Amino acid sequence: MVDTRYDKAGELAAEVTDYTAVRGRSLMRDARDRFLANRAAIFCIAILAAIVLFVVVGPFFAVWDFETIDWVAMGDVRTLGAPSVDTGHFFGTDDLGRDLFSRTILATSTSLIVGLIGATMALVVGTAWGVIAGYYGGRLDSIMMRIVDILMAIPTVLVIILILVVAGRSFTTLFIALGAVSWLTMARIVRAQTLALKNREFVEAARAAGVSEPAIIVRHILPNLLGVVIVYASLLVPDMILAESFISFLGLGISEPYTSLGALISEGAGTMAYGTLWQMMFPLGFFIAIIFTMFFIGDGLRDALDPKDR
Amino acid sequence: MSALLRIEDLSVHFPIRKGLLQRQVAEVRAVEQVTLSLNRGEAFGLVGESGCGKTTLARTVLRLVDPTSGEIWFDGKNVSGLKGKSLAPYRKQVAAIFQDPFSSLNPRMTAGKILSEVLYVHRYEGSIPGRVAELLSLCGLAPRFADLYPHEMSGGQRQRVGIARALALDPELIVCDEAVSALDVSIQAQIINLLEELRAKFGLTYLFIGHDLSVVRHLCDRLAVMYLGRIVETGTSEELFSSPRHPYTKALIDAVPAPDPDDDNTNKHGALAGEIPSPLNPPPGCVFHTRCPVAMDHCKSTVPPLSQLGGHHAAACFAVEPSQDAQR
Repeated sequence: MVDTRYDKAGELAAEVTDYTAVRGRSLMRDARDRFLANRAAIFCIAILAAIVLFVVVGPFFAVWDFETIDWVAMGDVRTLGAPSVDTGHFFGTDDLGRDLFSRTILATSTSLIVGLIGATMALVVGTAWGVIAGYYGGRLDSIMMRIVDILMAIPTVLVIILILVVAGRSFTTLFIALGAVSWLTMARIVRAQTLALKNREFVEAARAAGVSEPAIIVRHILPNLLGVVIVYASLLVPDMILAESFISFLGLGISEPYTSLGALISEGAGTMAYGTLWQMMFPLGFFIAIIFTMFFIGDGLRDALDPKDR
Repeated sequence: MSALLRIEDLSVHFPIRKGLLQRQVAEVRAVEQVTLSLNRGEAFGLVGESGCGKTTLARTVLRLVDPTSGEIWFDGKNVSGLKGKSLAPYRKQVAAIFQDPFSSLNPRMTAGKILSEVLYVHRYEGSIPGRVAELLSLCGLAPRFADLYPHEMSGGQRQRVGIARALALDPELIVCDEAVSALDVSIQAQIINLLEELRAKFGLTYLFIGHDLSVVRHLCDRLAVMYLGRIVETGTSEELFSSPRHPYTKALIDAVPAPDPDDDNTNKHGALAGEIPSPLNPPPGCVFHTRCPVAMDHCKSTVPPLSQLGGHHAAACFAVEPSQDAQR
């Protein structure tokens, strides 16, 4: 009895003396630990990783490519085009007898890329615009933010459709069109944060010490914007995917034979009444999975990075 | 004794602009015709209530705000017109300690990075990590603090990092803008002692801005009292506290809470009535006449000049007679 107690004390003492030297923990490391402790977000990352893996590995298992028409299945899509391992159409075929497995993979990768590129453009353009307007202030700020106001007053989808119609439908145009509207809110958020930051005393201290203005922006303003920007960009990814899907749903997005989830869902919805429900369900499943996981990841990032919770 | 810093007739006005064309609709007269001089090696205190322009004056001395008119002379050179790169030598000699240690350090940088940034900007010759360790130990912090982020330190420790940053380039003048007001009393005492110690060691000159009169009295050799952008009284700490002459200074000193509730000496002049007028629209004549217990008709139209009362003592009030001091 007495012995065990001594042992315990010994163990504790060993623990106390075995401390490692204190090293600073950055706010980002704290945020990462908080994020890793968020089970829903980690679960969603796993699902998203699985989807990405599917997109990468899937084509190696595909029997048909995404544009070859299976003339046999096309004759009777409702029975011969149904999902089946025997025919090689794991997700069935679409109305034209094209393999839905390959098309879903293609569509998913399109949507993911659209989301990423749209968010990245917002990240780069919006942050630069907002920081410059907010930091330099005055008349420049007024002019820059009025431009944002004007662009915001025009409905997003209208802008995108206009760009697509004028410049012609292509992958690049689509990215430009989505990028053109996605940065506006980001610019506003970043400007507001910059206004708050530039009056903080550490910025004042840097100016008093003679640090140049570009260096202040890069070393003092941008790192402190990081949290907000990352959170907003991650929430922008599903927004971009939704916008692209909506445009494809209207028939204006990616042109055939390439496709996106919105276009596939649109086609599937059109033939829903003929008993070929799988044509909608497979792309819809991927679509919902991506949107949901992205929102949860964004939410997890916000919980992890939001300074208010600290 | 030579003057290290001389402020001559300095005014700082902030225009208020509105609308897309940014037309000027009004201006805040934050600092009005202030003349001061700081001798090398002295601690000069600037006191006054919130909004009286003392922080703006400090920011102007630090050249963070451009003066509207007037001149700032530092070590025999006029620095009020310098811009950009030509300010670098001045920035090296004048450092600042800020009020809020929670906001004056970049939360994304370690203490070491914060200190080395200043050294790096001015191309410090020698080992930067070595200098960082030296600065930390000067301010009573172990070298391991260089690896810590501000959020891992206490308020007092952060303020020490702030002081170390001010010392980094061996400045002549340190502007302390409410350097201890955000700290609790026990930490205040430590920081004040540290400031005094450093001043003795390096022969620093302080421009100490504060509203806590007991702290300022303890730390400073000379004082100036500001009200609504103007200096109403200056003198040595002794002169100002033992025989305040301007009615505002009297009220300010009376307002200091006494530790002894039975002390009859507190509040003998009664608390000041009313609010400080807006610097957007300062009253004509003596700015204090709206709240002054001894205001005369004359005060409402004419600005009283600072009249010398012997020694360093001077006050801007018509009710003050220079002879009084001369007799004593």
